[in-house]
Amino acid sequence: VRADRVAGTALAFLGLFVLWECRQLPVGSLRTPGPAYMPMVLALLLVGFGALVAVFGGASARLRDAGWHEVRHALAILLACAFAALAVERLGYRITMALMLVFLVGVVERRGALVAVVFSLALVLATFFLFETVLRVPLARGPFGI
Amino acid sequence: VTETLGNLATGFAVALSPAILIYAFVGCLVGTLVGVLPGVGPLAGISLLLPVTFGLDATRAIVMLAGIYYGAMYGGSTTSILMRIPGEAASVMTCIDGYAMARKGRAGPALAIAAVGSYVAGTVSVVGLMLLAPPLAAFALRFGPPEYFALLVLGLLVLAYMSGGSMVKSLAMAALGLLIGMVGIDHMTGYFRFSYGIVELGDGIGVVPLAVGLFGLAEILATAGRVNPPEVIRPRLRDLLPSRREWRESAMPITRGTVLGFLIGIIPGSAHIISSFVSYALERKLSRRPEEFGHGAVAGVAGPESANNSATSGAFVPMLALGIPTGPVTAVLIAAMMVHGVAPGPLLIQQQPQLFWGFVASMYVGNLVLLILNLPLVGLFVNILRIPYPLLYPVIVLLCIIGVYEVNRSVVDVWIMLVMGVLGYLLKKLDFEPAPIVLGAVLAPMLELSLRQSLSMSDGSYTIFTERPISATLLAVALVLVVLSLRPLVGRGRDWRAKLGLAEKEELS
Repeated sequence: VRADRVAGTALAFLGLFVLWECRQLPVGSLRTPGPAYMPMVLALLLVGFGALVAVFGGASARLRDAGWHEVRHALAILLACAFAALAVERLGYRITMALMLVFLVGVVERRGALVAVVFSLALVLATFFLFETVLRVPLARGPFGI
Repeated sequence: VTETLGNLATGFAVALSPAILIYAFVGCLVGTLVGVLPGVGPLAGISLLLPVTFGLDATRAIVMLAGIYYGAMYGGSTTSILMRIPGEAASVMTCIDGYAMARKGRAGPALAIAAVGSYVAGTVSVVGLMLLAPPLAAFALRFGPPEYFALLVLGLLVLAYMSGGSMVKSLAMAALGLLIGMVGIDHMTGYFRFSYGIVELGDGIGVVPLAVGLFGLAEILATAGRVNPPEVIRPRLRDLLPSRREWRESAMPITRGTVLGFLIGIIPGSAHIISSFVSYALERKLSRRPEEFGHGAVAGVAGPESANNSATSGAFVPMLALGIPTGPVTAVLIAAMMVHGVAPGPLLIQQQPQLFWGFVASMYVGNLVLLILNLPLVGLFVNILRIPYPLLYPVIVLLCIIGVYEVNRSVVDVWIMLVMGVLGYLLKKLDFEPAPIVLGAVLAPMLELSLRQSLSMSDGSYTIFTERPISATLLAVALVLVVLSLRPLVGRGRDWRAKLGLAEKEELS
């Protein structure tokens, strides 16, 4: 399977999806475009370019040659970020980021529990001081104002 | 000229005030750090530190963010020369001869020439910015919606044409970016588009989560599995001075790189990368000993480094005079200016002369700060690279999240960053250039509004774009570009864009 074939097809399908979604909005006319006009034109362009990439992508690199060895690492980082997005307004900046960093350093990078905890706490407290106190950028607070 | 000098004097009065000097210094310092760190380019650096500037007035904020921009361009050369790792993409060409010089024990002179070349280029190109931006802004006052529409179409096509590799792929990315820019309320009718009930999407997808996701987080996802960085060559301070021959051999490349970089910087596209690539190719062509290139030629460091720094000032010309970004970094800078209530464009220089001229003058000061900062502290900056990557990247992830969240204090922005991070990672793997996405997303509302306003003006007739001389000329140039881009499909061999793409890939791999 060639990389450009996959990418081109995905882009073309994305364009088709946008075209489908545009049905909920008024298109207007060529002379007086409505809110769906421009997205439809762009979606058609995306379908066209995607198709071109896919059609001429026969000589591109194979998908598996792109080197996917870091995918598990990447997924773990995404998981940590997703946790941060879910928790930051509930638990506050300090607790959320400390937990995220302990997970990344201790679990994903296997640096040892002590290193992970000390590193995470030091970094979170230092950045909290820098942003909240020095730079006066208010950070999210959790229960009991932590 | 007298008026320009008078304005510049006003600018220096602003730039030399202690507060502005401090922010220029902080910007340059942070920018250099950002440039040194692999994975955090100027774009991610500016995006991450945008919330930090919220408490500042517009001039201080812009001076600091611009300092980060050209500081990062400076800092990128350090890792290229000492480790053969480009801190940011524009330093790719510096890796070739810079690292070869370092292997021969000439790391110090390579760093010194890169720093002096960057200083000369940065300073001289600000003169170009100073002279070119005001008349261009005055000219742009004649622009109506049809001219803006034509200019934006041309800008996107130039961006796609100037990006290395396939133009069809770049155009696909630009179309994707424009579609992303369609999310949110339609300003002419009030319809919500593609917001799926998420109120925060009413204002559209912000450029900061988009840029940090596509460039910052995507880089982390792609490199997180990396082991500790390779050995760093550490030059001694007393070894920094280049020999007389090295100075002589770098003088003309610095001059040529400065002019070339500025001119390429004005044009939309990956100006820094292209300017350094073109400068390298030019120096090799003009050299009496082209065989030395790749094995430690001083001109191979002096030319590209000057060119990529000069391109920074060049990129400010359309940004400040027309309010149009030529690349993702200037797009984020425009967003930053808007956050501070400043609308870049033809009226900026007239309405806010203190800001414009203060900014110009601060660039002279900033370039000097960088020269003073970079050489003596090179050992300190290099030490950052000794931090194990498994400890460094969590710090960058944390900064990405704070930076994105704090712009609007919105978790939705963090989710957008995550989605864009995954997209950026996949695009990297599939060999697509993400820069047109950011530019497309920023330009989309302007493009749509100018199209619909033009059609309102002409009662729905599309001939308005060809009847008006400026828009007709701009669209004709766009057409020429499309024809030029089709040439490699007909002819044999690789054109310069394909070669650029290959060179980038080879050096980055």
